[in-house]
Amino acid sequence: MRVFSAFAATLFALTVWQVIVSLTDLPRFILPGPALVAETWWTNRWIIAEHTLVTAKEVIIGLAIGTALGIVTALQLATSKTARLLVQPILVFTQALPVFALAPILTLWMGFGLWSKIAMAVLIIYFPVTSAFFDGLMRTPPGYLDLAKTMQASPTRILWHIRVPAALPNLGAGVRLAAVYAPIGAVIGEWVGASQGLGYLMLLANGRAKTDLMFAAMLTLGMLSVLLYVMVARLTRRLGDRET
Amino acid sequence: MTLAPGITLHGQASIEGRQLFAPLTLSLDAGRWTCLLGGSGVGKTTVLRLMADLPTGAEFDGEITATDKEPVAERIAYMAQDDLLLPWATVEKNIALGARLRGQKADVARMAQLLERCGLQDHRGKKPSELSGGQRQRVALARTLMEDKPIILLDEPFSALDAQTRAAMQDLAVELLDGRTVMVVTHDPGEAARLGHAIHVMTATGLTAVTPPTAEVPRAVEALETLTCQSDLLKLLMGQAA
Repeated sequence: MRVFSAFAATLFALTVWQVIVSLTDLPRFILPGPALVAETWWTNRWIIAEHTLVTAKEVIIGLAIGTALGIVTALQLATSKTARLLVQPILVFTQALPVFALAPILTLWMGFGLWSKIAMAVLIIYFPVTSAFFDGLMRTPPGYLDLAKTMQASPTRILWHIRVPAALPNLGAGVRLAAVYAPIGAVIGEWVGASQGLGYLMLLANGRAKTDLMFAAMLTLGMLSVLLYVMVARLTRRLGDRET
Repeated sequence: MTLAPGITLHGQASIEGRQLFAPLTLSLDAGRWTCLLGGSGVGKTTVLRLMADLPTGAEFDGEITATDKEPVAERIAYMAQDDLLLPWATVEKNIALGARLRGQKADVARMAQLLERCGLQDHRGKKPSELSGGQRQRVALARTLMEDKPIILLDEPFSALDAQTRAAMQDLAVELLDGRTVMVVTHDPGEAARLGHAIHVMTATGLTAVTPPTAEVPRAVEALETLTCQSDLLKLLMGQAA
């Protein structure tokens, strides 16, 4: 049913797109039709695949590092009042800054290669992961904590056996969100300065009025994101009812 | 299990200067069931939580002592209305939670015995979501017993169950908790009439002791003296409400 609905929605969107192109008769460098984009996608499939691999690598490494950092930070915040007092306001403040503005400086610091893009992805997903997991850790059902206290449990054991497993569904939600954000981070990094990756390809195609190629790269990025989300969702759903 | 002591709570409690309960003395006889009956908001759960040394949000002025002068809080096991089973852990792991939280190894023989006595042999590997309400509460009871503590504090433990399951759980609890000092906090006069060796009705002004029926607990639900006691308790509760 879900597969059918996704298929029907895609078909509908493509039809609307094609109808608009046919009715308005826009030049192909303004809005290419789906048929043309598909054709360009096919002729450039190897180039696109090469750049997709680069972006995918940035996104996956970024996702892993960002999630790990978020988990560690959330655990720190949840266990230490001092950390909450010191770090939490900073965390919120950094989130209020437009991270995009940091992209040029990251490129300056880390060069045009992989790491400035990974850093960008990490910066974008760090906060949602930290915040979701931290929320979960602070909202352990009080009854569990009462029970643990009557059992003379130490705070560390309560954390590992009760608070962390109870917060795993929240962590899962945070990581799923991160899977959607991480490609955006990587692509922003590529826009600022790169020699490969889907972001770079989009920029290049745009500069040469190859709008059809730009669309092909963008749709590939969209598919990459959806695929990543589905994979992460499947993984984190299992996390939710895992035994600890 | 060490020999069950008697417990006495003496004192008063207030929340932000407003009195929650007036000075009272509540004694739990060693190895007996004491029922604390009262409506919502009279502070009966606070009394239980004070004994368990759990956070109450109330200011307590008084003391809680055991007849053997040893500390109380570390010798209690606690069971609430919500079964508090961890949804991600199996029945067996839920029952052995206390040992895991203290970094000890669970007593396997004791576990097997409790699973059997609570009728859970066939459910040991299941998750709580696969169990009925009555089964879940039996797991909670097994977990309470796994702790092997001399003092048992029950906070409306069976109130979420349907009538026949509740009666069956009461019978099982009396059988399994034999010899321990038990306090049941309840708002159900029928439960107090069935289970209490001593029954106290709690009001804003203090405690009223009610003479329980003479029959041994768990008393027959249909026995006349149980029913009379139940209606007396209900009248007492309704009188306060009026």
